[in-house]
Amino acid sequence: MIEKTVYLDNAAATRMDERVLEAMKPYFFDIYPVATSEFGYSLGIEAREALEKARHTLANYIGATGEEFIFTSGSTESSNIAVKGVALSLGEKKGKHIIISEIEDFPVLHSAKALEKQGFSITYLDVDPEGLVNLNRLRDSITDETILVSIQHANQEIGTIQDIETIGRICNEKGVLFHTDATHTFTRVPLDLKKVKVDLITVSSHTIHGPKGVGGLYLRKGTPVTKWMDGGFQEFNLRAGLENIPGAVGFAKAVELVAPEENERLKTMRDHLIDRVSAEIPDTTLNGHRSKRSPQNANITFHFVEGESITLHLDMRGFSVSTGSACFSRSLEASHVILGLGGNHERAHGSIRFTFSRYNTMEEVDSVIDTIAEVVGELRKISPLGNKKEVQK
Amino acid sequence: MTFPYSEKVLEHFRHPRNVGKIENPDGNAMEGSPACGDMVGVNIKVDPDTKRITDIKFESYGCASNIATGSIITELAKGKTLEEAKKINWKQASEALGGLPPIKTHCSVLAVEGLRSAIQNYEERHGLVKDQKPTTVEIVRKRLKKVMNPLSGLDLVHTELVKDITVTDGTVHVVVDIPTGHQFASNIRNEIVDKIEPLWDVKKVEVEFME
Repeated sequence: MIEKTVYLDNAAATRMDERVLEAMKPYFFDIYPVATSEFGYSLGIEAREALEKARHTLANYIGATGEEFIFTSGSTESSNIAVKGVALSLGEKKGKHIIISEIEDFPVLHSAKALEKQGFSITYLDVDPEGLVNLNRLRDSITDETILVSIQHANQEIGTIQDIETIGRICNEKGVLFHTDATHTFTRVPLDLKKVKVDLITVSSHTIHGPKGVGGLYLRKGTPVTKWMDGGFQEFNLRAGLENIPGAVGFAKAVELVAPEENERLKTMRDHLIDRVSAEIPDTTLNGHRSKRSPQNANITFHFVEGESITLHLDMRGFSVSTGSACFSRSLEASHVILGLGGNHERAHGSIRFTFSRYNTMEEVDSVIDTIAEVVGELRKISPLGNKKEVQK
Repeated sequence: MTFPYSEKVLEHFRHPRNVGKIENPDGNAMEGSPACGDMVGVNIKVDPDTKRITDIKFESYGCASNIATGSIITELAKGKTLEEAKKINWKQASEALGGLPPIKTHCSVLAVEGLRSAIQNYEERHGLVKDQKPTTVEIVRKRLKKVMNPLSGLDLVHTELVKDITVTDGTVHVVVDIPTGHQFASNIRNEIVDKIEPLWDVKKVEVEFME
């Protein structure tokens, strides 16, 4: 039925680049041992050197040194190490207060909730209708008990980019650690440690055409993080477990392959979709900020219709997108991000997220717009709500 | 690849039957699901002599299961007497569709409830309700539990939006804590009137919004 799938759910996972696979291959078949110490055997030393080279590529990319970057199994683990690691380290010594935004992705949100059950107090900062954290409120929320502020760089669903430069400055002035989840901006939006005062950064490979199952955490030198998954002494004794060397090599390769022109191209596709949809399909709302937005993300609510119905119709026509509708999720809960923008269930119900990648083309963007205009028009004909204007072609 | 939906569900989802509204319906109802925010509306036309459903249409603001069940229910009910149609249950609808995912029960059961409510609405409007108890504030409140606020995906009573209910000489007055200019104010007003007006001793329904 479907000749070719147009995949527009790249915030969830991207197609891996063949060049990444080529870079990884030797570490499966030739240099397959674990990384040994420099006193080990030759293959193990080679493996360790490959791991350290990958580490330096990633650290250098954000202006850090190699000792400040550890590999993990992905952004979930990175954020867990950051949030829980700081809590374990400073909870008894300094205080039990942590500040996050209410639209954080699940690794930070649920780590905070888990800590809350153990006696930590969490401030969930609300966001404005475009998804931005109020910086004055952040400043006012910091107390002597506050040990960590964790606010994402860009949002996973609506793409809104927070002003992490100012947030970093506020945290620095108040002497509080700052963690940012940069899963959806890494290599897409500049993050320079010379400009941004941030202590911990979560990154991942799966969003940038690298392999799944590998991510990283930047930790500024001296950041107090207690190790809580016990085992060996890997990753500067912060993250136990066998190193995923092919993964680390693939991650580094994926970073090297991202060119600035690519991000411009993503932005052009994003803007084209947002502009055409708002001009051609009535009763739509852009979710997230218009310009302070990750280059690969467009998220739009099509009023009076439900998201799972849209995604299923699109899937049958060969397009993969996602929605914040409760009906789409396993938990049957509407997106906490869209609800956070104004507590509006209807807005989550008809929200569709489009996320672009290296492999999408302008033709695909045009064809998804044409198709969604048709699908939304059909669904509105059977909807009991609101103005059922014909969708313009 | 295994799809969660049967061929039949997908077929009804893609080509829903009997969609829309009936002009001057003999019975109508709108049901909303607090769990996922879906809504379904059912309109029926009834032959006054045979008490058979001569026409039926549905509308859906919902997911695939909701749309497919709305569609199948119209096919199952058309031509049946009201007594027969009342007996149609979720299991029959689900079987007619070749099965529905269990997690989607609550969004698909809405169409069945919609059909039953439309029949009840017909019976109330045509003096066919046998047991005629006087309308009380409690009866009104119970009915308002079926009026959904699309903004929260929850019903008006559960979300404490119903500030006051009075019943005096056949006039029901409902005060709702949303502004007149609210995006769905007129939808909510219509739904309240639709739910309360058919009660046999109700002559007038007044909906007041708070500014």
